[in-house]
Amino acid sequence: MIPGPFSYHRPATVADAVKLLSTLGDEARPLAGGHSLVPMMKLRLATPEHLVDLHGVAGLKGIRRDGGKVVIGAMTTQHELLASDEIAKSIPILQETALLIADPQVRYRGTIGGNIANGDPGNDMPALMMTLGATYRLEGPQGGREVAAADFYQGAYFTAIEPGELVTAISIAVPPAGHGHAYEKLKRKVGDYATAAAAVILTMSGGKVATCTVGLTNLSETPLLADAAAKAVIGTSLDPATLKKAAAAAEAIMVPAADARGPVEYRKHVGGIMVMRALQRAAAKAA
Amino acid sequence: MNDMTPTREQRTAALEGLGCKRKRVEDIRFTQGKGNYVDDVKLPGMLHGDFVRSPHAHARVKSIDDSEALKVPGVLAVITAETLKTVNLAWMPTLAGDVQMVLADGKVLFQNQEVAFVVATDRYAADDGINKVKVEYEPLPPLIDPFKAMDADAPVLREDLAGKTTGAHGPRKHHNHIFEWTVGDKELTDAAFKKAEVTIKEMISYHRTHPSPLETCQCVCSFDKIKGELTIWGTFQAPHVIRTVVALIAKLPEQKIHVISPDIGGGFGNKVGAYPGYICAAVASIVTGKPVKWVEDRIENLTATSFARDYHMTTEIAATKQGKVTGLRVHVLADHGAFDACADPSKWPAGFFNIVTGSYDFPTAHLAVDGIYTNKAPGGVAYRCSFRVTEAAYCIERAMDILAQKLGMDPAELRLKNFIRPEQFPYHSALGWEYDSGDYGTAMRKAMETVKYAELRKEQEALRAAFKRGETREIMGIGVSFFTEIVGAGPSKNCDILGIAMFDSCEIRMHPTGAGIARMGTKSQGQGHETTWAQIIATEIGIPADNIMVEEGNTDTAPYGLGTYGSRSTPVAGAAIAMAARKIKAKAQMIAAYKLEVHEDDLEWDIDGFRVKGLPEKFMSMKDICWAAYNSVPPGMEPGLEAVSYYDPPNMTYPFGAYICVMTIDVDTGVYKVRRFYALDDCGTRINPMIIEGQVHGGLTEAFAIAMGQEIRYDAEGNVVTGSFMDFFMPTAVETPHWETDFTVTPSPHHPIGAKGVGESPNVGGVPAFSNAVNDAFSFLGSTHIQMPHDFWRNWQAAKNLGVFEAA
Ligand SMILES: Cc1cc2nc3c(=O)[nH]c(=O)nc-3n(C[C@H](O)[C@H](O)[C@H](O)COP(=O)(O)OP(=O)(O)OC[C@H]3O[C@@H](n4cnc5c(N)ncnc54)[C@H](O)[C@@H]3O)c2cc1C
Repeated sequence: MIPGPFSYHRPATVADAVKLLSTLGDEARPLAGGHSLVPMMKLRLATPEHLVDLHGVAGLKGIRRDGGKVVIGAMTTQHELLASDEIAKSIPILQETALLIADPQVRYRGTIGGNIANGDPGNDMPALMMTLGATYRLEGPQGGREVAAADFYQGAYFTAIEPGELVTAISIAVPPAGHGHAYEKLKRKVGDYATAAAAVILTMSGGKVATCTVGLTNLSETPLLADAAAKAVIGTSLDPATLKKAAAAAEAIMVPAADARGPVEYRKHVGGIMVMRALQRAAAKAA
Repeated sequence: MNDMTPTREQRTAALEGLGCKRKRVEDIRFTQGKGNYVDDVKLPGMLHGDFVRSPHAHARVKSIDDSEALKVPGVLAVITAETLKTVNLAWMPTLAGDVQMVLADGKVLFQNQEVAFVVATDRYAADDGINKVKVEYEPLPPLIDPFKAMDADAPVLREDLAGKTTGAHGPRKHHNHIFEWTVGDKELTDAAFKKAEVTIKEMISYHRTHPSPLETCQCVCSFDKIKGELTIWGTFQAPHVIRTVVALIAKLPEQKIHVISPDIGGGFGNKVGAYPGYICAAVASIVTGKPVKWVEDRIENLTATSFARDYHMTTEIAATKQGKVTGLRVHVLADHGAFDACADPSKWPAGFFNIVTGSYDFPTAHLAVDGIYTNKAPGGVAYRCSFRVTEAAYCIERAMDILAQKLGMDPAELRLKNFIRPEQFPYHSALGWEYDSGDYGTAMRKAMETVKYAELRKEQEALRAAFKRGETREIMGIGVSFFTEIVGAGPSKNCDILGIAMFDSCEIRMHPTGAGIARMGTKSQGQGHETTWAQIIATEIGIPADNIMVEEGNTDTAPYGLGTYGSRSTPVAGAAIAMAARKIKAKAQMIAAYKLEVHEDDLEWDIDGFRVKGLPEKFMSMKDICWAAYNSVPPGMEPGLEAVSYYDPPNMTYPFGAYICVMTIDVDTGVYKVRRFYALDDCGTRINPMIIEGQVHGGLTEAFAIAMGQEIRYDAEGNVVTGSFMDFFMPTAVETPHWETDFTVTPSPHHPIGAKGVGESPNVGGVPAFSNAVNDAFSFLGSTHIQMPHDFWRNWQAAKNLGVFEAA
């Protein structure tokens, strides 16, 4: 559990970071909180020759309201999300989810940018970002671009990031007032990734579900949007039969791996249970 | 007397002796990060060694090419089995009478087996070197399932044993067989089963797990060529045994070997044995002339140094219809991995598993244990239990529940009916032990009253009915466990390690000012010896515990002892401490008599000194006697005040306890919640109740982890799938239930202060309490036995197998 040799770089601007990453090529990796990257390096599953530390880069941290959106700098830590009044007010599900990530030590270092850019199906933020309809701001040698979270994930550790690109910010449209939300995560213990988790954002109207989005964590190589499950509950009052239908629709798109958390059948089953529970809890919270 | 004269209570309290909740003196340094562990040992010019390990569970090693590794800056040497052969150390003897490869010799037999040792100027360079050593393997079929080990066509694992039909413990039946060990009367037991009105039979497995102490195994070896002396700092639970083993296998004179165990960050059995890392670091130091450090990482610790359990126990009980047990028959398939490296007393290949009759009066019993080899890491240590006692307690406690279920009796009722009664002690068990003391019924009833057992059963009944009506998805289990431990190995008549009787020792030296130092052959790994040992001395000789320094772990200064494991320290060394203190007191009495100008017999002991009988004002404190010992001893007496005692216990001690666990399980996810856990322990005389409580909390937390998920699991190819704390269940404060502790006191009749061991009881008794709770929860759905560990997915699987999701 000792990493291989690497050189360390600490640029001061996004432009310098991008330049370093593009000139150093494939063997260079950005370093954010290091709580995904460094463990992989210690196991020598990742052996970058260059680490480009983003902690000295100006302007990558912070949470600001921009009209109907909240924009979060990539280097904002999970702890800072939890401490933010703006997030508490406008996107409370983000805090609920951040609190389920590891422990305070990890949350003090780990960043939202690292969490969404990592591409690990076990990370909790990606499915939530898809559920919230977030977009990521990327800066690269060819300039900047916006990519929707829903288009970002291509496979385990494969994302839309091109060589030399950085995620600089995440922007999220604030969900409507009175929306219901829940992130249900089954894990074996504190510090564990999800056996299965489901994010739900919905609105209610006259006791019936008006709009709904459902995201799934760690139930496939990438985070998933369970569109059919979400559709199945629209116009219903989430009666038991509907909940079961939604769970079944969600399970139909799950392809989890068997691991020490349990066999495939179990992970799909509890994936369905998480969907049902998240729907019920979100509905109970909705105005 | 004036107001300033302390009362007898004040004088007693000032000693902080037996029964005092004295704060742990070692915590002052531990809580400030000032402990001194092996990895804190840093010597000038020290080198670092690290292992190339096998990715395969079973393979032939075709070649090892170290040429690229030697080019890595800082890498000085790559040691292989060929190197070790030049000093005759490619293989080493195990404590169980087997031999074990130090480095792969021709083949590898388990994943992460040590293949080559890279020595470098720092740990980074060593690891870079490891990645450059090229090893060519030819994979062989792995043997993982213990039940297939003795198939006719099972792969041959130990080619070195070809043609050997006898092992250290008798005949071998198969090329993968290690030993068969039988105890008890087979004929009588078979007859009891023939006559039995009721019988049960179940294969009860205790899965493979690992002690996983916070500090992994490690050492620093430093060979001084000029003096021909080898100094080893290591995480050793038994430093003297290590010294003797090194003397025997490295052929060094024993006085030239210095073994030092500094502070140890937990052992739990993991640090009893000898590991390839120790040998390689020693050889590397001898070869390079420099100190060499070896420190395991977490993955190495979990996958290569001693595991625990992996016992598969086919258990049968014969009983009457009224629930009186009449016979017990157990067959164990014991998976020892690739080498038999169990750390048991030498003549006990299955440890003290013959305590399997438990707390019950079985008229007859028979036990057979077959030890076998598989392609898994070697070990089989006592993970916070006396040798194989946790396995035995789990076996009988689970089986008693199964019998209760078959009889339609309450499990607590069945236990009460079959307990060995107080008047039967000393009790001779059907499998050969002499239980020293016990009062089981009192303990069981106290536990049941405290938790309001009858009400819990009523609540459970109502919840079960509600579940059947579909009103809840939660089921409730009440786990009862009543265990009897056997600790304090051990009497020389039946216990030795490599021929050395399992006594322990204490040396006490009193200084002129009424202070002293005490040294023992034991070694604390967190148990608080520095605190409790001083308390025993305080009460025995009337010197405040704060004035006694306790030192362990240095073989040059400590008297020879067999170390700390198997809850043996208090039963054995604790007795030696009392006996050494009594020698001090006897000499002190002679000095006091001389100074007070009376006959010795005219003196009586009074808390912290001697008083002349009938003349209360004529008193000499122990403090003053210490001073006198250095200037005015009686004519003809040698000056000084010190004593040594080597204590060979006449018997083991038999702590016991009653544990009750209340648990709920959500059948939809398998997620459990421990609602209540009550633990009553009887460890005889209680030296420091606070430390006992701490020991019980720690042991229960381990028991909880083991029963509910902590597992070393292999896939069919022999890859460890739970090799880090991500997957090996190590509960945090968040998962750990709240513990309620309680006690009764039944002193050991043969121990000088009546104390028994306690450190391991909670692990021994806790595991069956948790497992019985889970099994009890599911029993109304028709199950009799669900194997551990009871993690979420397996609970869900159990619910599914019982048809819970079919109706829904
Ligand atoms: C014990 C433990 C438990 C954990 N449990 C969870 C959990 O339950 N759920 C969960 O979601 N996470 C969990 N994590 C991971 C944690 O949240 C990480 O902090 C997070 O995944 C990565 O963020 P980071 O800032 O540490 O990124 P790093 O580790 O520094 O980087 C991760 C990856 O993203 C890349 N990267 C980082 N920043 C950028 C950027 N701005 N642009 C482009 N690429 C970038 C890096 O090059 C690297 O490949 C756990 C971690 C630990 C140690």
